[in-house]
Amino acid sequence: MSASLSASAPVAVSISDLHKSFGPLEVLKGISLQAREGEVVSILGSSGSGKSTLLRCINMLEVPDAGSITVGDETIALKSLPNGKSRPADRRQVERVRSRLGMVFQSFNLWSHKTVLENIIEAPIHVQKRGKAEAVEEAEALLAKVGIADKRNHYPAHLSGGQQQRAAIARALAMRPKVMLFDEPTSALDPELVGEVLRVMRNLAEEGRTMLVVTHEMGFARDVSSRVVFLHKGAIEEEGTPADVFGNSKSERFRQFISN
Amino acid sequence: MDFAFAWETLVSLLAAVPLTLQLAASAILLGTVLALLLALARLSGIRPLDWLARLYIFVFRGTPLLVQIFLIYYGMGQFPAIRHSIVWPLLREPYWCAILALMLNTAAYSAEIIRGGLLSVPHGQIEAARASGMSSFLVFRRITLPLAIRQALPGYGNEMISMVKATSLASIITLMEVTGTAAKIISETYRVIEVFVVAGAVYLLINFVLTRLVGLIEHWLSPHLRQPRPITSLSQGEPA
Repeated sequence: MSASLSASAPVAVSISDLHKSFGPLEVLKGISLQAREGEVVSILGSSGSGKSTLLRCINMLEVPDAGSITVGDETIALKSLPNGKSRPADRRQVERVRSRLGMVFQSFNLWSHKTVLENIIEAPIHVQKRGKAEAVEEAEALLAKVGIADKRNHYPAHLSGGQQQRAAIARALAMRPKVMLFDEPTSALDPELVGEVLRVMRNLAEEGRTMLVVTHEMGFARDVSSRVVFLHKGAIEEEGTPADVFGNSKSERFRQFISN
Repeated sequence: MDFAFAWETLVSLLAAVPLTLQLAASAILLGTVLALLLALARLSGIRPLDWLARLYIFVFRGTPLLVQIFLIYYGMGQFPAIRHSIVWPLLREPYWCAILALMLNTAAYSAEIIRGGLLSVPHGQIEAARASGMSSFLVFRRITLPLAIRQALPGYGNEMISMVKATSLASIITLMEVTGTAAKIISETYRVIEVFVVAGAVYLLINFVLTRLVGLIEHWLSPHLRQPRPITSLSQGEPA
């Protein structure tokens, strides 16, 4: 992914001046961030830096107190409440925007009463109202792509963590999302299972998918991302290409962070 | 023990089984609907609804079913407003009074079972559903409720068995279900042991079938908790 190509591509996600507090704790202190189509943005930061909250604000799993989120050309309408919080003004809009964002969770969150295939076709059929035959066909292609075609009729409980996470990635891809959001996708995995998930993510990046990845995998951030963002205490401390950030970071905190 | 008499009794009691089953089935079906509403009220986060449901559950779990049946059957007729209302043709009948009392009673217990089931649904699975763009109603229908039912079913089976047995109280308000019929035979023959042993066996049989049925549904709903079948796929997909 050359920098010049990304620079001219349309903006896929735009976050501006995002604020979020939990009680007295200010988790996000006015964050602005853009991801252009085809970019892979890795969001790094130590625990408590607000990186997961930032990601979860993009699809309104957490509602920001102030600031704005734009996905494609649609800005999510927020209504300010008297207590300084906000809530989405239009539920339908939030549902529509969510269906364009594929979310992958740290703990997979596959639906335990459904088989892998049923997990994948659930939202395409019931949210996007696509035909079952078509949804199944696409699901099988996605399962092959993430390397678990033979597990289509298994239930999540019968899969390893790595297989579950790959199924969850296939589930997110089945919605044909404009942007993929990864919230520490490998943090709950045994070390020997991390590789198979990262491989799938690497393939997605090479396809030119737009991805925002909250991760602790420095190798992935360095080799795969087009841009790296380092959060510290709810603010962006460092931002740039992996070469810039990992090569000669101006931030003492970041140098400390990667040395651990 | 007089087996010829016991056989005769069994035949008479089996004729009363349909009424027992009608009472139990109507109470359970109607009670489930009310229970789901009560459980949702409890979990709604809306204070007045929550407290209303709490009060209902407190009253109906905290007082004897027999007292509730008496209040409905003998008590309702005391109020002219009820006697002159459109529900009177129903409330005048012991049959409907019994179903109403059983239904109101089981709903209080079932509401708590369903609430427990709903609370047991892992939050992450609900979040994944919301993240995929489902509306709240769709999340509830496709994810939350199916998972809650699986969790609540064993407890629900208990409640259904209780209801089958509780229908015997309807005999007090003149209904000739299994226990009422048994009491009538005893008053005619004075043979307490034979008749009640046979009556007990009839309930045992009903509940045996019921538990098998619940067990079957449970088995059918929870393939995800068993070991997978050895070969499950004919798909020809190649790993990437």
